[in-house]
Amino acid sequence: MRIIVAGCGKVGETIVSKLTGEGHDIAVIDVNNRVIGSITDNYDVMGIVGNSASYSVQKDAGIEDTDLLIAVTDSDEENLLTCLFAKKAGNCNTIARVRNPVYWKELPYIKEELGLSMTINPEYAAATEAARILRFPSAMKIDIFARGRVELLQFVIPEGSMIADCSLIEMAKKIGGGVLVCSVVRDNEVYIPNGQFVLQAKDTVGVIIAPNRIKDFFKRIGVETHSVRNTIIVGGGKIAYYLATQLLNYGIDVKIIERDIERCEELSEQLPKATIINADGTDQDVLLEEGVETCGSFVSLTGIDEENVFLSLIVKKLNPNAKVITKTNRSNIDFLIQGMDLGTLIHPKSITAEYILRFVRAMQNSIGSNMETLYYIVEGKAEALEFTIHEDAPVIGIPLSQLKLKENVLIACIYRARQIIIPDGQSSIEVGDSVIIVTTHRGFGDIRDILADA
Amino acid sequence: MHFDIVVYILGKILRIEAYLMLLPALTGVIYRELECVSFFLVAAATYIVGTLMTQRKPEKFVLYSREGLVTVSLSWILISLIGCLPFVVNGDIPSFTNALFETISGFTTTGASILENVEALSHASLMWRSFTHWVGGMGVIVFMLAILPMTGGHNMQLMRAESPGPSVGKLVPKVRESAKILYLIYFAMTVVEIIVLICARMPVFDALCISFGSAGTGGFGVKADSCGSYTSLQQSFITLFITLFGVNFNAYYFLLGKNRKEAFKMEEVRWYLAIIAASVALITVNVRGYFDTLYQAFHHAFFQVSSIITTTGYGTTDFDLWPEFSKMILVFLMFVGACAGSTGGGIKVSRIIILIKSVGHELIHYIHPKSVTTMKFDGRPADKEMVKGVSVYLAAYCAIYIVSMLLLSLDNRQDFTTNFTAVAATFNNIGPGLSKVGPVMNYNGLAGGSKYVLMFDMLAGRLELYPMLMLFVPAVWKRR
Repeated sequence: MRIIVAGCGKVGETIVSKLTGEGHDIAVIDVNNRVIGSITDNYDVMGIVGNSASYSVQKDAGIEDTDLLIAVTDSDEENLLTCLFAKKAGNCNTIARVRNPVYWKELPYIKEELGLSMTINPEYAAATEAARILRFPSAMKIDIFARGRVELLQFVIPEGSMIADCSLIEMAKKIGGGVLVCSVVRDNEVYIPNGQFVLQAKDTVGVIIAPNRIKDFFKRIGVETHSVRNTIIVGGGKIAYYLATQLLNYGIDVKIIERDIERCEELSEQLPKATIINADGTDQDVLLEEGVETCGSFVSLTGIDEENVFLSLIVKKLNPNAKVITKTNRSNIDFLIQGMDLGTLIHPKSITAEYILRFVRAMQNSIGSNMETLYYIVEGKAEALEFTIHEDAPVIGIPLSQLKLKENVLIACIYRARQIIIPDGQSSIEVGDSVIIVTTHRGFGDIRDILADA
Repeated sequence: MHFDIVVYILGKILRIEAYLMLLPALTGVIYRELECVSFFLVAAATYIVGTLMTQRKPEKFVLYSREGLVTVSLSWILISLIGCLPFVVNGDIPSFTNALFETISGFTTTGASILENVEALSHASLMWRSFTHWVGGMGVIVFMLAILPMTGGHNMQLMRAESPGPSVGKLVPKVRESAKILYLIYFAMTVVEIIVLICARMPVFDALCISFGSAGTGGFGVKADSCGSYTSLQQSFITLFITLFGVNFNAYYFLLGKNRKEAFKMEEVRWYLAIIAASVALITVNVRGYFDTLYQAFHHAFFQVSSIITTTGYGTTDFDLWPEFSKMILVFLMFVGACAGSTGGGIKVSRIIILIKSVGHELIHYIHPKSVTTMKFDGRPADKEMVKGVSVYLAAYCAIYIVSMLLLSLDNRQDFTTNFTAVAATFNNIGPGLSKVGPVMNYNGLAGGSKYVLMFDMLAGRLELYPMLMLFVPAVWKRR
């Protein structure tokens, strides 16, 4: 694919490095000619010096023939403007980094108006990643698709579980809605189950669950999630805010230690359910007072890498059982600190790059068809396809229970007005929806392909 | 220095050269000449050596700037050393120094010859001589980048070191694709020239050799009088094509793509064509009395001007006999050279433009000491680093020039004009100079030491100084 990367900071460079490795044709735009000089020296890319939001600069970068533009400059406004012009000039897919909370809240509107394919907020992405680590045991495999909106949790049904030897319809009756079984792996065969499918113990099941139902669901079917009960976060930045929001939503208690009193007041306003402590988190007495010795998990999110490393080391020493997450901004010191007992390391920039890469791969897979993205899930044995529904699609307005689908095809979710809908038999598809199809068939190119009589 | 990488790439280059030698070898077979054996032998030996050198692939394939520069200069020296062997083995040019001079002159697209009688050479040797022009024109490293899959972004270091011009960019994001596009344009234009010349009733062998020579803007002919004995029509076609090969190849890429207008907006190409037009007009008027008709004066003026400015060095007439004013213009054109990103040599039109503009800006600063000005090139603000680079380039250029002149003057037999134009003609990769190295003379009369100085000048001129100068920096040779 031909890709333009606008803005060549750390994220930009990480993306460039990964994408060139996968053989894409990359043009890089940055205002700083030194940055461009170094990136063209190190990677096989074309460099253009200039303002990425300028049409003539985009033209030099070959916007007319470009498949995707990724705007990751420091400025949200520049990113959005760049994407807007690129969309008009090249009719390509666009990804913008947007981190200002003001815009972030209005994203559905912005995305629609500017025709963005994807937006990425590094802090939000990092928080989501951290939340995932805290919520699930590392053994549980999670596939993420549909531009990072949907996660497929895969687990093994334990012996004697209430859902073993139970058809999916019976299961829905027993535990209520909001849970969709997308895939079942049994004896190395992948099945996309329908309502009559009977689950067995030892099946590896992939499910999509509404976030607030996860805890309850796993508890009832007898799967140990090792989800933590509470967490202490040191550093009350943006990541802390997003992380706290998500964790509170899952019913995990959050305590944030922040040095700056004004920020504390802001946080207490935004996160009424969280405990906000105004103290220096690097002070051991403070940590002990707030109970690091007994807490279930600990996340160091200060702005300084060294502090985070020290904090995590201290907590690991005081409380070896705690799940610890350490954030570092520099990813090139990993080899230094990998051997240390720091729990899980996260790098917001690498995570951002990883999210974008996932989208690029999904886009690459979908080339030559009408779908938006294609993700390989369940170790590549099944596909999650994303279609945008146009007016002429033969599936509009029909309840899903009455749609005649092919075997091993499932409508996994419907994305409508920035809401993920986990469908049941009564749901129907509307014009403008994004629909995620899970299937073991290969070579689907159009939404019509899912219908049995098509 | 990471020597393992350098050796690895040199090995790859040798293998490519072995393949390239098959062309003269086959020519020899077609003409049933014994000389072809020498090409087969050297090719086989080169291939074996190249294969041995590429046995161990370096684990860490990282090419820094210094490795890039040294690899390029060493590979040019190496291909020349290997390339001259067939001449020595088959006895066409028995002296090693002369054979090496001829080969370096070939690869660097200079076209300066030591041969007293070109026509005495075997067809195989003539073909190899002209073919080295073609290979050297676009560059053997660029050729390697185009055909061999090489991973990593560091290949740009190689391309930048070999391609002429103050700032080397890529046409498309990937080095390999860019190199391929360049070679495709180059190849296609060469084929067209061959066909056109054959249609103009030039013998096939001559058409091939002349086309190789003009494509690479080299200048080795197959006749004693260079292009003098070809028909007026054939000469006109040659004039046309050498002028085209002196144009920045980016212009052709623009012409092929959607941005056709861009090609005509290129400042360098406009200046290049303007300089040619002005020089042709001035010389035509000046040499009017030497020819029967005005058209003939124009025809020969045009041929000589494009031949010199593109640093090809073909001749249709002995311009050493022309009036001083015309000779002076030609000498001036020797220094200007062709466009950056073409196959021509010299200082390059773009550098001259930037230098002239720098002088202009400096003058404005004297008039308005507090004024702030931005120099523009191709309608965009010129990169300050590039402008600085051009000035430094000129300084280095002059330094090498002076030292070369000094070394040449050790040989007391040559006059000033000979020495001055010999350096000008080799350093700028043109070929013929004036006086004893004029268009109908050759370089054989120079002392052995002088020849080696000129060989260095040819390589330095073709590779734009720095790769060759790097070889003299002790720090480069230290392991790290």
